[in-house]
This record gives sequence, structure tokens and C-alpha cells, in this order.
Amino acid sequence: MMTRGMFETYFLPGVWITIQVTLYSALMAAVIAFVIGTMRTSQLWIVRFISGTYFEIFRGMSALVFMFWLVFSLPLIFQWQLVPMFAGVLAMGLTYGAYGSEIVRGALAAVPVAQREAGLALGFSRFDRLRRIEIPQAWPEMVPPLNNLLIELLKCTALVSTITVADMTFAGNLVRIGESESAPIYTLLLVVYFVMAFIITRGMRVVERQAKAGIGQAPPRTSFWEKLSLREPGGEGTTGAPSKIGGAQ
Amino acid sequence: MNWEWDAVQDFMPLFWDGLWVTLKATFWGTVIAFVLGLIWAIAQRSPFRWVRWPVNAITEFIRNTPLLVQLFFLFYVLPEWGPSWSPLTTGIVGLGVHFSTYTAEVYRAGIEGVPVGQWEAAKALSLSRVRTWAVVILPQAIRRITPALGNYVIAMLKDSPMIAIIGALDMLGQAEV
Amino acid sequence: MPASVDSQESNGQSRASGAELVRFNKITKRFGDVKVLDELSFSVDTGKHVTLIGPSGSGKTTILRLLMTLLTPDEGSIVVDGDYLTHQEKNGKLVKPSEKHVREVRKKIGMVFQQFNLFPNMKVLRNVTEAPRHVLGLPKDEAVHRAEELIELVGLSEHLDKYPSQLSGGQQQRVAIARALAMRPQVLCLDEVTAALDPELVAGVLDVLRDIAQTADITMLVVTHEMSFARDISDAVLMFDAGKIIESGPPDKIFTDPEHGRTREFLSTVLRGL
Repeated sequence: MMTRGMFETYFLPGVWITIQVTLYSALMAAVIAFVIGTMRTSQLWIVRFISGTYFEIFRGMSALVFMFWLVFSLPLIFQWQLVPMFAGVLAMGLTYGAYGSEIVRGALAAVPVAQREAGLALGFSRFDRLRRIEIPQAWPEMVPPLNNLLIELLKCTALVSTITVADMTFAGNLVRIGESESAPIYTLLLVVYFVMAFIITRGMRVVERQAKAGIGQAPPRTSFWEKLSLREPGGEGTTGAPSKIGGAQ
Repeated sequence: MNWEWDAVQDFMPLFWDGLWVTLKATFWGTVIAFVLGLIWAIAQRSPFRWVRWPVNAITEFIRNTPLLVQLFFLFYVLPEWGPSWSPLTTGIVGLGVHFSTYTAEVYRAGIEGVPVGQWEAAKALSLSRVRTWAVVILPQAIRRITPALGNYVIAMLKDSPMIAIIGALDMLGQAEV
Repeated sequence: MPASVDSQESNGQSRASGAELVRFNKITKRFGDVKVLDELSFSVDTGKHVTLIGPSGSGKTTILRLLMTLLTPDEGSIVVDGDYLTHQEKNGKLVKPSEKHVREVRKKIGMVFQQFNLFPNMKVLRNVTEAPRHVLGLPKDEAVHRAEELIELVGLSEHLDKYPSQLSGGQQQRVAIARALAMRPQVLCLDEVTAALDPELVAGVLDVLRDIAQTADITMLVVTHEMSFARDISDAVLMFDAGKIIESGPPDKIFTDPEHGRTREFLSTVLRGL
């Protein structure tokens, strides 16, 4: 088993680094997602073009390769070096911001046209329409897919260990080399990641509940399994069709 | 340090080798993910609780933990129990199993999208369970999910560089020894 | 009387024509807190056509779905052709039926659905041959021959090679009828088979069914809101209300001189449109 010393010197700080990396990249991704996402619903083609180009470039990027590029290639071009953690956050913030922008764009597009027209009729500016009418209505729809994305981001943070950021995966590898015991440490790692994902999901459920209550919708009802489950409906291609055979006449 | 285009030239043969490995990994990863995902999805609809619950738990766990750590697990822990695979095999199995939990979701959505009436009609005609799945439900489900499955092939292609990490660690390990 | 409302236990098990084919014994079915069927008992004799009428939500469709094993009753038992559908006899005791037992008994029952439920991934011919080939184990030629005859009977011979989506609703429903008949069921359940059709397509489907009712030697259990159709084909009519049969008898009696106030009320609302 892992000794106490190893656990306290390496693993616990690693957990904290993972939390930090997740938090910073999530913040950066959120800002990008909202900016690019709303830009993609603009009426001006040039705005749509710029934001669309951003989306197309970064969604096709492998975050791992991008991270390596930032750490190992960029210094060759500019003669200066990024702090590895900053490089990791940058890579994930930019790519996950692109994924997030698609969620924001989709949810905004799903707001009924009549709402936009009503806003126009009342003389709201474009910015006020977004802030007061469209985003508040689209927000509850965004939360479940954003939760899925956040968990993907959490999982992605494990990659920063490969660019020497001492997150918990990095610590896990150190401990493995030090202790030459791999089963307990990797099992522990996976469980901690899972618990973090679970906490994120619970938190986002609360956010969704409040978002729905904020616009007068009933909170979603969840069954026992859905409560335990980390998957969110409406992630990809769910149809909402009844899952059981039979039913009332 | 300098940016040298010569390096790119030296790199090209390696690049083609690497591309070939990437494609190979993605291909076999896709095969595993598509087949295993279907098995998960069908098991999740099993009438038996003792099948459904473990399958739900396993797929949730795999889906919500990092592929990279799973690869480490496969590469360092599995040999302690028996099979000792090359980094590439480990990577392909890890990639395939990880993404099978995503394709399982896609299949699940596709299966749930088949109208309840189709199950009822199959039952009314006394079609067997296997026959119902094989000729009624799956052909309809798969037709509507093909694009979504395609997205995961691309996702696998993007994640396949992770296999290189365990490959590199393997080489470092050999150098240490 | 071909259909009778009573509560006595099933007695003789002779399978001759005119004998009892389907029996519901004190069936209770709840959906949550709602009791859809309340200790309901009735039986249908071989070769008879029985129509279930009543306001929606009164439990008619539930009867058909119970018989088709799409639902299971909370209490009571169902007997088809002398065999328990809801139970299995083992060492003289009644136990929960095995999947195999249910499938054997269910083969005697066919059903046509309100929404047709044709398999969209199969052409018309294959829709009709699929079950006879793979459930009854008929050789291909025989299944095809049987299917072609039935498809001709419903007047769709020129559409054998089309997919269901290429047919009108009325045509699809006629294929569904042929598909159910291809299994040679002893009982045919028709669940509001014209309710999902455009008005101009209803007549074609009803004509086919009238034809079958007159010529084929088949027991029918029909849920419908087409009262003139019910009157034409039925040997008996059961009037449902709130999960119980409140009145039963031959169609002439029920439609012209109902005894129960609820029946009169129901018929006047349904017939007003005619």
C-alpha cells in the first residue's frame, strides 16, 4: 500500500492541482463559450464568420497535441516558455470553449423566434435582448449538456500530467515508481476522479433546478437511478421516447 | 533553440509511421467500441436487475474517469494479474472500452427512439427475443444513430495520441532498466 | 348467449365449436392508484364476434392488451382455449407462467393495433411472412404463398414489394390485418383499428374486416367506436363503464333498447355524429 508520507507529500497536493486546473480551464472555457456562442447567432456575417472559424479550428483539435505544441513548439518560435500549468489551462480552455460555444449557440437558437420579436417590439437593444430575454430562457437548456462537458473537461485535466504539471495523475505515477505498487494507486486515482465527477453532477443539478425555477418551470423529476447516474439526458441524440414497453391505454 | 524546417523533413518518415499506428488504433478501437457498446446497451435493457445494475455501474464508472488513467491502469496493473500486452494493444483495448461506454449511450438513445408499438407488434406476433432485436429493433435503431456513431470515430481519432504516452513511458521504463 | 358476464369458475374444457375460448376470471388491473378493471369476468365462445364499447378510459383497450400479454393483471386469471395465459399448472398448483408457456398460449391470439405498427424496415410481403416463417417455422414457399393469399384478400396484391411508408394509412392497416391473420390465430383482437385513419380511408378497412368476419371461421374481440360496423359484425356487445361491464347482449338489443342509463347516454353521444 501507499505509505502515509507519499500520500501527503504527493497525492493530496496533486488533488488540489487537479481541482485548480479544472476550475481555471472551466472558467476560461465558459467565457469563450458564451462569447463565441452568442457571436455565432449574430446577424452580421463577419461576426458569424470569425466565431464560426474559431469553432471549426478548435473543435477539431486534439487537446493533448495542442498542449504539447504549446509547451514544446511555441518556445521555439517565440523564444519564451509558458508555465506548464498555464499551457494546460490555455489548451483546454480554448478547445472546451469551442465545444461549449456549440451548446450555447444551440440553446439560443432554440428560444422561440417570437421571444426575440417581442424583445424587438419593446425596443430592447441587441445586448439587452440577449441579457434579459434570450440567455435567461436558454440557460436551463444549457445546463445538462454543460455538465457533460464539464466532466469531459475534468477527465481531460489528467493530460496535464504529461506536460509535467503535478496533478493527481502525475502524483499517482510518481507514487507508482516510488512504491512499485500500481493496483492500489491507480484504483484510488480512478475513484477520486469518479467522486469529483459525481460532485460536479450533483452541483449542476442544483444549478439546473434553480435555473428552471428562475423562469417558472417545474424542476425535473429524477428517479433513483437517475439520481445516481452521471449521465445527463439531452447530451447526444437522446429522443426522450419512453423507455418501457407498455403503459396505460 | 531554433525553429528548423530540416527537423520537419527528418520527421516525415516517422510521421507516416505514426499516422499508420494512429489509424490502426482508431480502426480497432472503433471495432471494439461499436461491438462492446451494443452489448452494454442491450444488457442495460435486460429484464434482470442483476444484469442491468452492474452494467450500469461499470459503464458509468468507465465513462466518468479519464482515459489516460485507465490506460495506465491497464498497462501497469493488468500484468500483475496475468495478461501483459504491448503498449499498442493496451491502448487499443483501452480506447475501445472507454468509447464503448459512449457508443452504448448512442445505441440506447437509438433503441429508445424505436416506437413502443414495434415491440408490441413483435410480441403480438410471438417473435422470439433474439429475432425481435435482430430484425425489428436494431435495424431501425442503427439507421437513426449512424451519424452520432461517426462522431465518436472522430473523437477516438483525436484521443488516440494518448496511446503514445504509455508507449513513451514504456520506452523510458526500458531505458531506466 | 355467446358472451356472458358471470363469475363462476371455468368448468369443462371441451374445444368443440361453440365452446368457451377465452375467459377472464375476476381480473383487476390498476395503473397507479386508478383501478382500470375491477374484478371483471366474462367469456367468449369459439367463432363468436364480441365488441367492446364504452367511453374512453373505461378499460376496453386494457382487456385486449391483457389478452395479448402486453400487460399483466394484478389479480385474477385469463384462460385461452383451456390453457391459463396468466398462470401455469405445475403439480396441480397454479404458478407464475414461464416465458415459453406464455408464448405457446399467445400464438393462439392475433392483434391489429390502432397505429398499425408495421415494421418500417421490411417490405409488405416480409412483414406478413416474418412471423409465420420464424415463429411457426413454415417453409419459405408456404409462408409466401399464405401471405400472398392474405394480401390479395385485403386487396393489396400490387403493393407486395413496397415499404410501409409508401402506403396510405388505410393500406398499412390492411397489411397489418393480413399480418395478424397469417399466424392463423384462434382469436383476433382489433384495437380501434380505424381510429388513426383519415375519414375517407375508414370504409376500405371496415369492408375488409366485414368480409373476414363473414367468411373466416375466427373468433373476434373488437374495440371500436364505429357503431354501425359493431352492429353488423357482432354476436354480442359488452358495454363498459369505469372498469366494469354494465350491460351485455346481442347488438340489436343493446343498440335499440339498452337497459342501462349509462349505455343510452353513451350511445346518444356516439351516434349524434351520424
